[in-house]
Amino acid sequence: MTVLTGNTENTEDTETASTARLAPAPRPRKPLGTRAYKVFRVAALVAVVLFLVAPLFWMLLASLKTNVDIYDTGKSLLFTPTFENYANVLQRNNYFVFIFNSFWVAFVSTALSLVLGVPAAYAMSRFTMHRSALVVLMARVIPGVSLLVPWYYVFSNLKMVGGFEVLILSHMFVSLPLIVYIMMSYFDSLPLELEESAQVDGLTPIGAFRRITLPLSVAGMATAGILSFIFSWNNFMFALVLSGSKTKTLPVAIFDFVSYASIDWGGLMAAATVVTIPIMIIALFTQKYIVSGMTAGATKG
Amino acid sequence: MSVLTPPRSAQSGPPSGRGARRAPGARENFSAWANRHRKWLFAAPAMIFVGVLIVFPLAWTLYLSLTDSQGSVRAASEFVGLQNYLTVLSDAERFWPAVGRTLSFTGVALVCEVVLGMCIALLLWRPFRGEKWVRVAILLPLVATPVAVGMMWRLIFDPNIGFVNQLLGMVGIPPQPWLSGQDTALGTTIFMDVWQWTPMVVLILLAGLTSLSEEPDEAARMDGANAFQRFFFITLPLMMPTVIVAILLRGIDALKTFDILYATKGKGGGSFHEVETLNVYAYGLSFDYNQYGLSSAVLILFFMIIIGSMWLLTMRKKAVSK
Repeated sequence: MTVLTGNTENTEDTETASTARLAPAPRPRKPLGTRAYKVFRVAALVAVVLFLVAPLFWMLLASLKTNVDIYDTGKSLLFTPTFENYANVLQRNNYFVFIFNSFWVAFVSTALSLVLGVPAAYAMSRFTMHRSALVVLMARVIPGVSLLVPWYYVFSNLKMVGGFEVLILSHMFVSLPLIVYIMMSYFDSLPLELEESAQVDGLTPIGAFRRITLPLSVAGMATAGILSFIFSWNNFMFALVLSGSKTKTLPVAIFDFVSYASIDWGGLMAAATVVTIPIMIIALFTQKYIVSGMTAGATKG
Repeated sequence: MSVLTPPRSAQSGPPSGRGARRAPGARENFSAWANRHRKWLFAAPAMIFVGVLIVFPLAWTLYLSLTDSQGSVRAASEFVGLQNYLTVLSDAERFWPAVGRTLSFTGVALVCEVVLGMCIALLLWRPFRGEKWVRVAILLPLVATPVAVGMMWRLIFDPNIGFVNQLLGMVGIPPQPWLSGQDTALGTTIFMDVWQWTPMVVLILLAGLTSLSEEPDEAARMDGANAFQRFFFITLPLMMPTVIVAILLRGIDALKTFDILYATKGKGGGSFHEVETLNVYAYGLSFDYNQYGLSSAVLILFFMIIIGSMWLLTMRKKAVSK
């Protein structure tokens, strides 16, 4: 980096020197792109957006069709929409219960992970406990299946399988490393001087953390919390093994529409839409946070 | 907010006055003790939680991999040494193909995602009108529930009623089997992974691009370098650390892909195990066949593959950052 900056400065120096000598007006900067490039760019962006959105749109359309219409390829776009599938999903298949289950598990596991993860991330960031951080981050690397067999054994002996506690614990396993990772890079970027001056003014170190650092990291905690909620909501494998009929979460419940012989496509697409919609609405309102969370620490090198 | 404050016991009293008056000696001492040990007081709960939930199960898996445990974890099992590993490593029918699929799934998906991601990130680099809408579009696949995404593509790739074959029909290409074909299934699932996770790579690379300093690029422009030269000789080398971070983050998850494969092909990766990766294989061994000893051996080997590839990437990153 330093070498490159050095070079740049040199070029700029000679550049300004030469312009000063030869021409009074600065050389006009080349425009960012030709007309052809601009057209290409718009076309490419439209293609990208279509590629990303069209499948979701297709899912939404299918959820509004009867199964007869889904099988009629002539009615791909023109059909009479019906909410029958949604009525079927929400009422007869009792999806409200599954929505609640998903919400409750995601919410509680996120809240508990924040309670455990934020102070831990703070300590790891302030005292540069890189080796300890590695232990927590290992959780992101380990394949979940290798933990499920022992968990299943222990939790079924404790008669906890099928309860909310075990689901919440297993989802915390996803949330906690995520929260520690995001909050560590957040605390790293927070200036230490604020706390130090608070301590000079008579606060204890923990008091400074509680009164200065925590209030300043609300945005970071929102980022970490929202992402952890989304990942917990979307998590499938742990709930597949550890949930019972009463605690089934939405991603597991979707499979009710797939039977050995046939698939109720309309119902399945309505169920898939019901799972995805809440999380997308949250994402739309919290865009900024999600993007900063997903890229946390990625560019520091 | 109140949820987020540390446990009562860890808090110091108010800095002056009240707390001290109520319980002078003990309170002050505890607070002082807490402050002195705050490093571990803060870090320990999370580390203990993760340790209990990870280290102990991992040790158990390691132990199980050395026994002939099957049927029920509760059933008596005998210590068989490295027998399971020998069985697994000489299994050319399920294990080695699964290794191959895991590596090719991850490799192909990563290459597509990084190349596509870089192209899209470059398109988005300079500000433009409608930027907001593109950002929304990028976020949607990223937050969509993977199982639902799998189901969605299952309909779109359906050989008879799927949209893809309808489109192909319009230009006169005969219907393809996609997910149901033995040769095409893995490629189709890779495509789904690319759809869902390229946006993640775009976000990371875009963050990297925006934090690049403009000067080297400007200088090269003045020297008359064209856009391609500037990209390959200036931007790309500067971006290499970010690219490797993106590969690392995405690679870990791609190796462990489960949701989409299970949602589209079901148990065992389809009737011919056409999308059975190591993760799907180990899951099936554990929860469909209850072969705990064997599945543990597979998992330990799988874990070693993951750690190995991460280590290689980290080394590469260090070399690039220098």
